[in-house]
Amino acid sequence: MDTNLIIGIINIILIGTTPLIFAAIGELVVEKSGVLNLGLEGMMLVGAVSAFVTLVLTGNYFFALIISIVSGLLMSGFFAFLVLYLMANQVATGLALTIFGIGISSMIGKNYIGTPIEGMSPYFFIVISIIIVFLIGLFFKRTKMGLIVKAVGESHSSAHSLGFNVIKIRFLSILFGGSMSALAGFYMSICYAPMWQEGMIAGRGWIALALVVFATWKAERILLGAYIFGGVAIMQMNLQAFGIKLPGQFFNMLPYIVTILVLVIISGNKLRIKMSAPSCLSIPFNKNQ
Amino acid sequence: MKKQSITLILIAAIIIIGGAFFITSQNELQDTSQSQKKIGFIYIGPPGDHGWTYMHDQGRQYMESELGDSISTTFIENVPENADAVRAIRKLAESGHDLIFTTSFNYMDQTLEVAKDFPDVKFEHATGYKRADNVSTYSSRFYEGRTIIGHIAGKMTKSNTIGYIASFPIPEVIRGINSFYLAASKVNPDVNIKIIWAYTWYDPAKEADAANTLINQGADIIVQHTDTFAPCQAAEKAGVLAFGQASNQEQFCPNAHMTAIEDVWGPYYAERGKAIVDGSWSSIDTWGGMKEGHVVMSPYNKNILPEDIIAEAKAMEASIIDGSLHPFQGPIYNQAGELVIPAGSVADDGMLASMMFYVEGINDSVPQ
Repeated sequence: MDTNLIIGIINIILIGTTPLIFAAIGELVVEKSGVLNLGLEGMMLVGAVSAFVTLVLTGNYFFALIISIVSGLLMSGFFAFLVLYLMANQVATGLALTIFGIGISSMIGKNYIGTPIEGMSPYFFIVISIIIVFLIGLFFKRTKMGLIVKAVGESHSSAHSLGFNVIKIRFLSILFGGSMSALAGFYMSICYAPMWQEGMIAGRGWIALALVVFATWKAERILLGAYIFGGVAIMQMNLQAFGIKLPGQFFNMLPYIVTILVLVIISGNKLRIKMSAPSCLSIPFNKNQ
Repeated sequence: MKKQSITLILIAAIIIIGGAFFITSQNELQDTSQSQKKIGFIYIGPPGDHGWTYMHDQGRQYMESELGDSISTTFIENVPENADAVRAIRKLAESGHDLIFTTSFNYMDQTLEVAKDFPDVKFEHATGYKRADNVSTYSSRFYEGRTIIGHIAGKMTKSNTIGYIASFPIPEVIRGINSFYLAASKVNPDVNIKIIWAYTWYDPAKEADAANTLINQGADIIVQHTDTFAPCQAAEKAGVLAFGQASNQEQFCPNAHMTAIEDVWGPYYAERGKAIVDGSWSSIDTWGGMKEGHVVMSPYNKNILPEDIIAEAKAMEASIIDGSLHPFQGPIYNQAGELVIPAGSVADDGMLASMMFYVEGINDSVPQ
């Protein structure tokens, strides 16, 4: 293998894993604050379609980015309202958000399927994704605010009695997660494969969710996990093109198998604490109780 | 307590609204006009996909314009290839349709299931092989187009490496690869074909990854048997050449797109619609190719292809139509070196329909 080939492979892996990193780092913050949002796939789709439609209508990448992020804020804000103020079940609401996102994105995008656009270079966002991961890592390790978010996720009652506004902190975390998912969607439909096709996220939201568990809720490991998941998929294609046939279906399910394995390994209670799964994950907080 | 019930109602509402959006966008029953014979279509994707479903919808519109007021057409889009298909086909049968086209391979058993309950309704299933008294089957000889793009690719490649993005290892796709390779290696014995199986018809990002991987490994021409124009776009970006799939995709990749194999269903649909109108419909199996006008090449891109290659491609079209050229003209050997099609004869339809082997020279193996 010559160096150009290897550089090319790394390039394709970087381009392919960036949406996973965006969505997963957003979800990591949400889960750290003690909320589980299963609506990633839906928010990514809505982010992708709103970016695409805005770009077609205005021709302006910046507007497309803004509208995309606004759509993510709206979707996640709605989710936050349901689970934080009405104390809806987080799993059910998250799934509903995905179903809603699939439906509304195909409705909005109906007349824009197959509209040609000029794609945007992915490299800027690749760099941004790596920077965000390290910033979030520092946020949790080095800043007071990061510690507060973690405290809210570990024990909302204690955080509440210390005088922190649990609901507000969780709301902001959920909004951050939503905007990151929308950014992942923007990247998909504007940079990665510049087009709109119904359901074009094709399960990447679920892989991002799995990635958070795989990373055992540590920011830097998201990067590692994403590059492993993405790298395996791309290497599989490279081997195929070299004439080495591997079962493609197996590689399609590999991220999920690995995640189930990680879940099994960390389900032992003591280890779980060590692995830093937020103790209050998906438990609703009611300050009146 | 009160809060909880409001929550429940809100969750129910969001699921219902989301579901309703989903279902309306999935199963919009669209009446386009009203008159005597009603003809329905089941689509696997949206008509705007610029690929498979788009071309079926073009066919439907052609039939409408040909037959005018004697028919009216309806379609249901985005019908999954599972039990949902039964519901969708039944919906059309129950609402007084005389003829129903189901346009994807995996609607096969569902079509037959509904057809059994509605003996007076006629059905036509695309690309399948199971028939009944009221169920016809029809498909197209896309491999005739693949032999032409194979010829062009063999002449146009400079690196002698051609990247081929395949969907699933089924006879339709393997037949295409063989047809392509036979023509390419005939004009360029040094040509090497690299195949990636994407295991999807429809995932633009993955198709782009596959295209970029092949380009990175030295392919200077990308051929695809998946449904979106992402590979052609990737080729355009990387400055290599490509062929469109199912429809003319030149607008998406004007500097890469050499030609495309177009699926033209209109004449067939018009013929079958007419048979329903005049009562002459019977259950048949149709496998039309270039001769019948079911497979058509998109305009050859004059900015990329030299004139002599365009002339050769056009001559090949003419020979396929008059029968003097067959993509599987013996002698053809398989990878083990066994003679599968003797000299002087061509592959028969039975062999073509069940082709699950690569021909000699393809440096790869069929996935199991």
